[in-house]
Amino acid sequence: MTERIDIDAAIAHMADALRPLLSRNPLMVGIHSGGVWIAQRLHQSLGLTEPLGALDISFYRDDFTRVGINPQVKASELPVNIDDRHIILVDDVLHTGRTIRAAMNELFDYGRPASITLAVLIRREGRELPIQADAIGTTLDLAPNQRVKLTGPDPLELRIGEARR
Amino acid sequence: MGLQIRGGRLIDPANDVDRVADLFIDNDGFVAAVDKAPDGFHADRVIDASGRVVCPGLVDLRARLREPGLEYKATIESETHAAVAAGITTLVCPPDTNPVIDTPAMAQMIQQRAWRFGLSFIHPLGALTRGLEGAQLSDMESLDEAGCVGFTNAHEAIRDTLVLRRAMEYAASFDLTVFLHPEDPWLLGAGCVHEGEIGTRLGLPGIPEAAETVALARDLALIEQTGVRAHFCQLSSARSVAMVAEAKSRGLPVTADVTAHHLHLTEHDIGFFDTMCHVIPPLRSLRDRDALRDGLVQGTIDIVCSDHQPHEPDAKLAPFSESEPGISGLETLLPLTLQLVDEGILDLAGAIAAITSKPADVISVDTGHLGIGANADVCIFDLQQRWILKREEMHSRGHNSPFVGRELNGQVTHTLVGGQVVYERDIS
Amino acid sequence: MSADMQLDDKGRLRNFLTIEGLPRETLLEILDTAESFVSVGEREIKKVPLLRGKTVVNLFFEASTRTRTTFEIAAKRLSADVINLNPGVSSTRKGETVLDTIDNLEAMRTDLFVVRHSHSGAAYLIAKHLPPHVRLINAGDGRHAHPTQAMLDCFTIRRYKKDFSAIKVAIVGDILHSRVARSLIHALRTLGVPEVRVVAPKTLLPTGVDALGVTTFHNLYEGLEEVDVIVMLRLQRERMEGALIPSEQEYFRVYGLTPEKLSIAKDDAIVMHPGPMNRGLEIDSVVADGPQSVILPQVTNGIAVRMAVMALVMGGSAAGERGGD
Repeated sequence: MTERIDIDAAIAHMADALRPLLSRNPLMVGIHSGGVWIAQRLHQSLGLTEPLGALDISFYRDDFTRVGINPQVKASELPVNIDDRHIILVDDVLHTGRTIRAAMNELFDYGRPASITLAVLIRREGRELPIQADAIGTTLDLAPNQRVKLTGPDPLELRIGEARR
Repeated sequence: MGLQIRGGRLIDPANDVDRVADLFIDNDGFVAAVDKAPDGFHADRVIDASGRVVCPGLVDLRARLREPGLEYKATIESETHAAVAAGITTLVCPPDTNPVIDTPAMAQMIQQRAWRFGLSFIHPLGALTRGLEGAQLSDMESLDEAGCVGFTNAHEAIRDTLVLRRAMEYAASFDLTVFLHPEDPWLLGAGCVHEGEIGTRLGLPGIPEAAETVALARDLALIEQTGVRAHFCQLSSARSVAMVAEAKSRGLPVTADVTAHHLHLTEHDIGFFDTMCHVIPPLRSLRDRDALRDGLVQGTIDIVCSDHQPHEPDAKLAPFSESEPGISGLETLLPLTLQLVDEGILDLAGAIAAITSKPADVISVDTGHLGIGANADVCIFDLQQRWILKREEMHSRGHNSPFVGRELNGQVTHTLVGGQVVYERDIS
Repeated sequence: MSADMQLDDKGRLRNFLTIEGLPRETLLEILDTAESFVSVGEREIKKVPLLRGKTVVNLFFEASTRTRTTFEIAAKRLSADVINLNPGVSSTRKGETVLDTIDNLEAMRTDLFVVRHSHSGAAYLIAKHLPPHVRLINAGDGRHAHPTQAMLDCFTIRRYKKDFSAIKVAIVGDILHSRVARSLIHALRTLGVPEVRVVAPKTLLPTGVDALGVTTFHNLYEGLEEVDVIVMLRLQRERMEGALIPSEQEYFRVYGLTPEKLSIAKDDAIVMHPGPMNRGLEIDSVVADGPQSVILPQVTNGIAVRMAVMALVMGGSAAGERGGD
């Protein structure tokens, strides 16, 4: 089922929430792959000038021993030094919080940011760690066995389906 | 005590017998009669051999018993037990024990050890040179008197061709047979597999065919010069078979044997470094295996032997080239030979001759046949009995066989040595 | 587990013993995973927590500081605890077998063994002996295989030449004794390199080498024509004593890679060497230090490739879905 969610409106909503932070000259970092696509849109609409960073959190996941390495792991790329910078971290879905935990661990291996603000397109129930988003595109009410996936980069589409056993 | 073996298919190639017939054995352990009981014969025991084959006890032309010197691997006691369970009533052991069999005392000691256990006979081969060092001749005539049935330098190549010539001449003086392992030591080197594509893939040092043929050519030239009677041990390559066939056609007094495993396995069986397939000479190509089979059929190769080399487990639990070569082969000698009959390569009588009468002839020992007056060394087996070789059920102390887990055909039910039942399979 | 002990029932890499028998997908997975590890080595904290809490034992029965060091660095960059052991001669003198050594170490909760041994087949012997949850990477066994070296060589080639199906590769030197050559030949052929050449005198070529899918040359000039990648193998000085080649002078004259011989190959050909180099024997210093040499990048790439192999081998013991987000 493809839920009819107005992604553009959601992204605009996130941009509005983030606009006040522009005075702190933030650095934007997206989490592969959905977060990077969203971040590209935000990067443009907020008029940021420094290059966008991209994180692949495969090496920081907590389920490596069980599941193994992601065959499509990409290289993380942080072109700008993050020491003492205010980071806007962007992802597509905030669910349990584990991806964000991994992303923050990875960021801190690159340097010591002044602050991290989290922006997500979708927030859904099921938080397992004390992590919350500061800018949210939209909230979805989903059953535990449902999965939501962002496809892209163009067009961006949200797909909601049943989780495979 | 007379013994009757009733209703079996009696196969006695030496006497050209292959028919259902009873066998009668007298109190002294000799064959008294065939088909019909002699007058006044009283059987204290009757063995029902109906549906089974009755043949001479097997003669294994090369088996290492590890005693003296390597008793942690096996002993005469353990291996003669294994031998009779496999239908083998006569074993020929090489002199490369520790100490070497180059004195009459050693030769007698080994035979006496065998007599003590009353199972298979052991006939030792004497050392061709003293200490197997390839420098001085051994006391061959005395060793012959003491029971040695032939002379060999085993795997210690005699590098000095003059010494080899003299040893052959001396042996020929007394009509003694030399047993030769055609191996050029330099080409053999540290090799452990057949030099070819498989060896290259595995990155293991190879033994080229030339290692065998170079030595074979040298030995044949000297046999021709000295007139000694010679037996070639363990041919492994097609080229060697051709060379021996040529020598025989010219009337040279040579015989040859092949190991049971070389008739079935090839370099492909090594797989992922299976040390159970580490043997010297190595398992070679399919072409070589087929030529060895053909050589047996044509009579170029006369005899099949086990080349029994029992090992303790650690000997095989090492990287391939570091593992010790050799297969524990007593228990598969009969079934592997019979498999050639199953595959239509040999006829049954020919197969049995290769492991009874022919080896007995080479060592000139009165066994391997069941005519009237013969020593009652008998093997009774089920020709169509399929069984699986299981490591824990092997009788030998050495469980190092690549045939473990394989289904084999032909299982011994009774073995007699000198008319005494020394092995009987529990059929319940 | 497949008969060759390398892939599990799902086709995932469990032990890395030899290139032979691995499908192209597996080799590409290693190369692609290695790409992502390169950037780890370029940032300040050169670590990722992938193997945190795991114990990696470098068990080098045959000494090698270079290879052992790269494996050590690779394991540490994955945050593993690393132990280096060189049993070498001393244990065998005491009579402790290879498997005894493994048992003792395994009892200390080792998760991954990296083993180098001077005898072919040692890695298989050990892999057969280990319980299923303990993994093994072959760092070189006798003449048989050196699969991580082959992968880092292919990684380097891909970085410079991009398309495996469009290049000619020549491997020059002592193929007979070389596990690097054997593994590299398997890897190049599996990855689709159309022409792999070996260049050596007959004494240094193993019997039946053609069956591995290579063309043989005894003449270096002919062997290097139109070649895109040249891999020079180290010639051990003992080969003179074994009557395999006559002298160092003759070897350098006939098979040594000099600028003049290098010019026979394509203008943009790259020169590789698994190291350590014998300057003035198999390779001229001018070439080794020249613009076409990628010998130093090979070393750097070695760390990323070994990290990739370790990560693949150690990951995902249990079947499971990816965790929640």
